[in-house]
Amino acid sequence: MDWSRILVNVAGEIFAPTTAAYALAAIGLNVHFGLTGLLNMGQAGFMLLGAYGFAISTIAGWPLWAAVLVAIACAAAFGLLLGIPTLKLRGDYLAIVTIAAAEIVRLVGRSTALTELTGASSGLRGNSYKDTFQDASPFPDGTFALGPFEYSMNASNSWWVRIVGWAVVALACLLIWLLIRSPWGRVLKGIREDEDAVRSLGKNVYSYKMQALVLGGVIGAVAGIIYVLPRAVQPDSMGRPMTFFIWTILLLGGAATVFGPVLGSIIFWVSLMLIKSVMRAGVPESVMRTEQIEQFGWIIVGVTLMLLVIFRPQGILGDKKELAIDVR
Amino acid sequence: MSADLPRGHVPAAVPHATTASGRDRVTADLAHVAHTPGVPKPDAIVVADQVTRHFGGMTAVDVGHLEVQRGAITALIGPNGAGKTTLFNLLTGFDKPSTGTWSFEGRSLSGVSAARVARSGMVRTFQLTKALSRMTVIENMRLGATRQPGENLFTALVPPLWKAREQEITEQAEELLVRFKLDAKRDDYAGSLSGGQRKLLEMARALMSKPTMVMLDEPMAGVNPALTQSLLGHIQALREEGTTVLFVEHDMHMVRHISDWVVVMAEGKIVAEGPPEDVMADQAVIDAYLGAHHDTDLGDDALLDDGSIEQLEAEEQANQAAAAAAATTEEGPR
Amino acid sequence: MRRVATRDRSTAGVPAALGVLLLAVLFLLAVPGTARAAVAGCVADAATGCINGTIRTADQQPAVGVVLDVEGPGGSTQATTDAEGRWTAAVTEAGEYTVTLDETTLPAGESLRDPAQNPRTVTVALGSSTGALFPLGAPADAGGGSDEDPDAAPDPESTAPADSAGEVGAPVGSSDTGSFSWGRLAQQASSGLVFGVLLALASVGLSLIYGTTGLSNFAHGEQVTLGAIVAYLAVQSFGLPLLVAGVVAVVVGAASGWLQDAGIWHPLRKRRVGTTQQMIVTIGLSMALQYTYQFFFGGGALRIVTTTPTMVTLGPVRISATSLWSLLIAAVVLAGVAYFLLGTRVGRATRAVSDNPALAAASGITVERVVRLVWVLGAALAALGGVLMGLYLNATSWNMGGALLLLMFAAVTLGGLGQAFGALAGSIVIGLVVEMSNLVIPSDMRYAGALLILILVLLLRPQGILGRAERIG
Repeated sequence: MDWSRILVNVAGEIFAPTTAAYALAAIGLNVHFGLTGLLNMGQAGFMLLGAYGFAISTIAGWPLWAAVLVAIACAAAFGLLLGIPTLKLRGDYLAIVTIAAAEIVRLVGRSTALTELTGASSGLRGNSYKDTFQDASPFPDGTFALGPFEYSMNASNSWWVRIVGWAVVALACLLIWLLIRSPWGRVLKGIREDEDAVRSLGKNVYSYKMQALVLGGVIGAVAGIIYVLPRAVQPDSMGRPMTFFIWTILLLGGAATVFGPVLGSIIFWVSLMLIKSVMRAGVPESVMRTEQIEQFGWIIVGVTLMLLVIFRPQGILGDKKELAIDVR
Repeated sequence: MSADLPRGHVPAAVPHATTASGRDRVTADLAHVAHTPGVPKPDAIVVADQVTRHFGGMTAVDVGHLEVQRGAITALIGPNGAGKTTLFNLLTGFDKPSTGTWSFEGRSLSGVSAARVARSGMVRTFQLTKALSRMTVIENMRLGATRQPGENLFTALVPPLWKAREQEITEQAEELLVRFKLDAKRDDYAGSLSGGQRKLLEMARALMSKPTMVMLDEPMAGVNPALTQSLLGHIQALREEGTTVLFVEHDMHMVRHISDWVVVMAEGKIVAEGPPEDVMADQAVIDAYLGAHHDTDLGDDALLDDGSIEQLEAEEQANQAAAAAAATTEEGPR
Repeated sequence: MRRVATRDRSTAGVPAALGVLLLAVLFLLAVPGTARAAVAGCVADAATGCINGTIRTADQQPAVGVVLDVEGPGGSTQATTDAEGRWTAAVTEAGEYTVTLDETTLPAGESLRDPAQNPRTVTVALGSSTGALFPLGAPADAGGGSDEDPDAAPDPESTAPADSAGEVGAPVGSSDTGSFSWGRLAQQASSGLVFGVLLALASVGLSLIYGTTGLSNFAHGEQVTLGAIVAYLAVQSFGLPLLVAGVVAVVVGAASGWLQDAGIWHPLRKRRVGTTQQMIVTIGLSMALQYTYQFFFGGGALRIVTTTPTMVTLGPVRISATSLWSLLIAAVVLAGVAYFLLGTRVGRATRAVSDNPALAAASGITVERVVRLVWVLGAALAALGGVLMGLYLNATSWNMGGALLLLMFAAVTLGGLGQAFGALAGSIVIGLVVEMSNLVIPSDMRYAGALLILILVLLLRPQGILGRAERIG
């Protein structure tokens, strides 16, 4: 077993772009669930929309900033559209509607009717929309090695994506840190506890929930851009499992905390990579085939989610007294 | 919003059970009002007309006309299922009526959302207390304040824009907590308070917005007797400040003791109105109650004479100390 | 979460359900047939199956003039891609076909991304279209991977696994988007009815569980898959007759329901774990189960029976005999469930618990026993639904239930959360919408259409078709 290679791979996950994208998506979900108590089961839909919005407008020749704005606008519109029918209803309706809406985005995106635009089920190739982002890099081309970690400077799965991705994560953390401590955050927390009480105190609960839904969704859309920058836009890889991973990450790190989503994402991807690499290296093909190891990893994720919610719903960073899942 | 009150106005820390002035003023105002359902009041703050609410085939509320006197403590009583809470929900915008209109301080509130009703100065509490259990007591209180610039998403990102107001409402909250004897619990999670303390917290939180009218849904339900007196005192103190109080209550002793006017509902309709002594002797009221549950104690007649009331007041004074002590020792999540 | 609202208090739901059904049919009949022109060449009908695909060059231009040979039980045929890169081949017999792409006919400079996938073997059913894809491009294309095989070599970046929900296979009798005709309308409506009734088997259980415990069970789809997979195992590995296999599947399903409640949900309720928390637990369970199925049975289609279905002609409609039997079994079982809920003591107790658990407990009903019974019943119904659905769709797979879950939720929500009869009506509406939306929108969007209806219903009538307005506070 090549331990040093495994360790490098595993350590690489700590600052991989995927880890950053999931952390960011979980921060968005934290605004929904951790702060406001909204059960958004369609965060992957926001991400996919963001990815499509960015990629399609870039392919159409729009500059980087405009493409990012398009992604943000798509997610904001999607949030508004979902919020209007459901935010006045009970929480489980929002769960069902968001999961359904995310599926609609995926099903429409992969439909052959839109092949021209979305590339149907084979998606949009990474090289068709990466250029504007890569051109924005101040670094020279080529590869760069930092200790054992060697990645290309700008192309695809690069240092440039990592730097931008984690900078955005840091910015989002700062935003949440400010909001959690503000009266705005207090109103959201009140809504999470009992929205009728907050309504009786003269706050427009509907408007606050809408703001939270849109803000978290927009963060999700930016996460979607970061997610697809090192790869391709593939609708089928951004379906329900993705949403469920984001939930696992959020609950692992601790909902309603500032750094919970970031810590959750790092732990999630590092341990998944560790389990899978060790099994790939250590378990003979006759016992478990390569793709079975992959599935075994996901089974572990599912079981982890169950155990977490039952035995440590506040996650790693959460406060037991203020755990973010219903007490009523 | 009793804006005429000076900011930082500190009401008496130990509320007086009955002060002559407030009660006398209201009694004088209501002296010449007829004791018939739907009667007009000299200075009505709430006027409701033809308000009905149906659930499926059942009519929960069918109120022809109702006026609530400004500055008075009005009790809304009636047997279970009489539609009291539903009427509350309708008036405060938490439920939509099948028909009807009503106004508050001359402005129509029909179809106005619950939040806007509250912002216009009519704040309510709930039968099942809605303390926000995973927030601290002081955060609960701050949430009650209105006109907070920091409650806007964009302003919230720039603390200097809202710190001043935050300071202001924190001071206001601390004063109220002292008055409601919750100051020792300032930084505890509201979920750790006893049932009675939650009722107090909910009421104090409602007062943060300096409302013109407070609607209390069964303020005494589930409250430890030791805290009852203190709650009664707070309600009467509200009248002294000129705040209108409308409350739903089952405890007839309390109704008799503090209310200036009583409205009786049965099967969704208003069946009687009048001062407590008269209403409790009213045959229609007795019928309404006896028809529903025979064991209701409509208040002891011995309490009617002045001597008994004085005795009660003396007991109350004595109870204050005990209540305060009990309030601080009462502990633990339920 | 406060549980207000929308509960079934009377038997009035049954006629109302039928009324809704009728209305839905009328509504759908009124939808103008703005159908698009058929894809040239092959229109799938009861006697014809289609194999088709689109071939694009690495830079997403259509590859024109590529020749493909199709060979199988129905003989051999040849197809050539048109100006848009599309090709299609019609076959007249169901079964496995080998599609070979003639690499010499590819545009200059193009090659197959995965030469090992040529020739490909596809399973064709009559009355439906099957895709056979041949992606072009450099074999080690880093940017745009293919979604052909979700189990492809693990990506070191560990992307989420492909979720191929929505492609569970086309039911026998349904056809791809094509021109409008009354015959097609009748064909699609009958498919929709069968699909809806089978879906109802699964949704009624979901609804009963929600009604009695307040839990939205996201792992209910896996109960459906369980039924289908057990039947597949019983028939294919143990050689049992289909009927026996079905019974075994239902018994295993019921047992799993009992075990699940005894092992997970009962203890959680005792610990007073909230329903939101429990709901997230069901999501974890659903993931664990789905990948467990995939772990053991792989990602491909599993056919419970491999024989070609016998077709029966009823007026304008051609339907497989299996579907007819499934419809009959499902109808009898659903009638049995209705009798159980309305006519038996235990059933009435179940509805009482659904109405108001505290009151039911106070009046001497052992709520926990009723809940256990509901789990057993719900899981057994889901397993039966899984077996029949697996037969109807001609194959099952690890994520069949997962793909159907949202349609079940749509059905349950449509009928009013927690109402058993509402779930039945909702399922039939969803079934009709899914199958009949083929007439107006591309068939790969048909599930999306059903989910869109769900959102629209919530917008207009949040309490569901049969629900009542709720009292607040």
